[in-house]
Amino acid sequence: MRFIDEFRDSELAKRVVREIERIAEGRRFRIMEICGGHTHTIYRYGLHDVLPANIELVHGPGCPVCVLPMGKVDDAIAIAKHDGVILATFGDMMRVPGSEGSLIDAQADGADVRMVYSPLDALKLAHQNPDRKVVFFAIGFETTAPSTAVTLLHAKRLGVRNFFVFCNHVLVVPAIKALLDSPETRLDGFIGPGHVTTVIGSKAWEFIPKDYGKGIVISGFEPLDMLQAIYMLVRQLIEGKPRVDVQYTRAVRPDGNTKAKEVMAQVFELRETFEWRGLGWIEKSALKLKPEFAEFDAELHFNLPRRQVADPKVCQCGEVLRGAILPWECKVFGTACTPEHPIGACMVSSEGACAAVYQYGRYSRKVRELLRHR
Amino acid sequence: MCLAVPAKVVEIVDEENQIAKVEIGGVRRNISVALLDDVRVGDWVLVHVGFAIQKVDEEEAMQTLTLLRQLGQDIEGEFAATQPGDDERGYP
Repeated sequence: MRFIDEFRDSELAKRVVREIERIAEGRRFRIMEICGGHTHTIYRYGLHDVLPANIELVHGPGCPVCVLPMGKVDDAIAIAKHDGVILATFGDMMRVPGSEGSLIDAQADGADVRMVYSPLDALKLAHQNPDRKVVFFAIGFETTAPSTAVTLLHAKRLGVRNFFVFCNHVLVVPAIKALLDSPETRLDGFIGPGHVTTVIGSKAWEFIPKDYGKGIVISGFEPLDMLQAIYMLVRQLIEGKPRVDVQYTRAVRPDGNTKAKEVMAQVFELRETFEWRGLGWIEKSALKLKPEFAEFDAELHFNLPRRQVADPKVCQCGEVLRGAILPWECKVFGTACTPEHPIGACMVSSEGACAAVYQYGRYSRKVRELLRHR
Repeated sequence: MCLAVPAKVVEIVDEENQIAKVEIGGVRRNISVALLDDVRVGDWVLVHVGFAIQKVDEEEAMQTLTLLRQLGQDIEGEFAATQPGDDERGYP
């Protein structure tokens, strides 16, 4: 068992698709996959093409790079331009456009911006460069936040004085609540984010059936995982008993990873409010460092512009992130906005819905047809 | 960003600092296992940004695959049963 190939069996996939077709016949289902990783699975493996037309997949806001407003990129660039600063961040963040270019552009202008694989690598940079200030531009949902927390605990224990975190960790649950509260949202159910849920636990999603009467199935990331999750969701919707089901049982437990949750609670506290691209200001939807970790807080240490910057007028990332439009319905998709010259973040990130459709979806029969009639 | 890959723990490198060596598709690297309790050699874990975030349960994975294989089998069984001699048996 390698936990990958087994879940990519195409013959088995065809059978599951036939089953979905059979049970879903005569009804329409509008399903949102919350996580951008799932969006990529859908297009990469052509699930979009094999699923019946009455299963409509809507892409959700689960791309941490995409939901950060432009002003945050500007803040990071402002930090990077301070004398003696090394700004470290994940590769995904490097090419996201701010109002005056991306971190890559800032790097070309002479700022010291480094790509790291892990927050621990950023801490190592601080250790290797004692005369520089190393700032980790932390992004990501609950999957990533515990890693930043462990890194900060390490830094505190080691007494590192030249390491800082610009904390932009955000939480999935408040975002989905905001989405469900919006009158434009028309959804029957959700495919839940597998890896976020390995941390927060499947119980965290119980509000979806309880308060909103919708179903959710937490899914793994291989094509068979997703097909099975869609099958499970359609079944519960047909039965008329919306609930939280877990398809990704090999990694998701009801309470999640309690140790990771404890570490997060030790280091972070909730922000009063946080601005999300496309979803606006959402109360208690992001994390900041606790006062005990103030010595590491880049927001307290550096002067930030903190400007609110609207997206370029032509960019429809906001609507894509809310599931209000599909990527190819954006006016600049694939023309003015491409991964090489992105206008919006959804075209940059490896989890962005636009990037997924651009990379793989253009080979899809359905998407090609739709693009032709645009 | 929430990408995580299954990897097999091949060595506990540093017990105190909770560092383990894992193998991912033939590549070996050190990761932190600080977010999990008693990780052992031979365990499968999900690795995200250099951290093991959860253990992968092999039995559960087998069960998922079994369920998947069962999907659609009932109906195939029905087909198999009805195909030969459908007419003779006078199925509607």
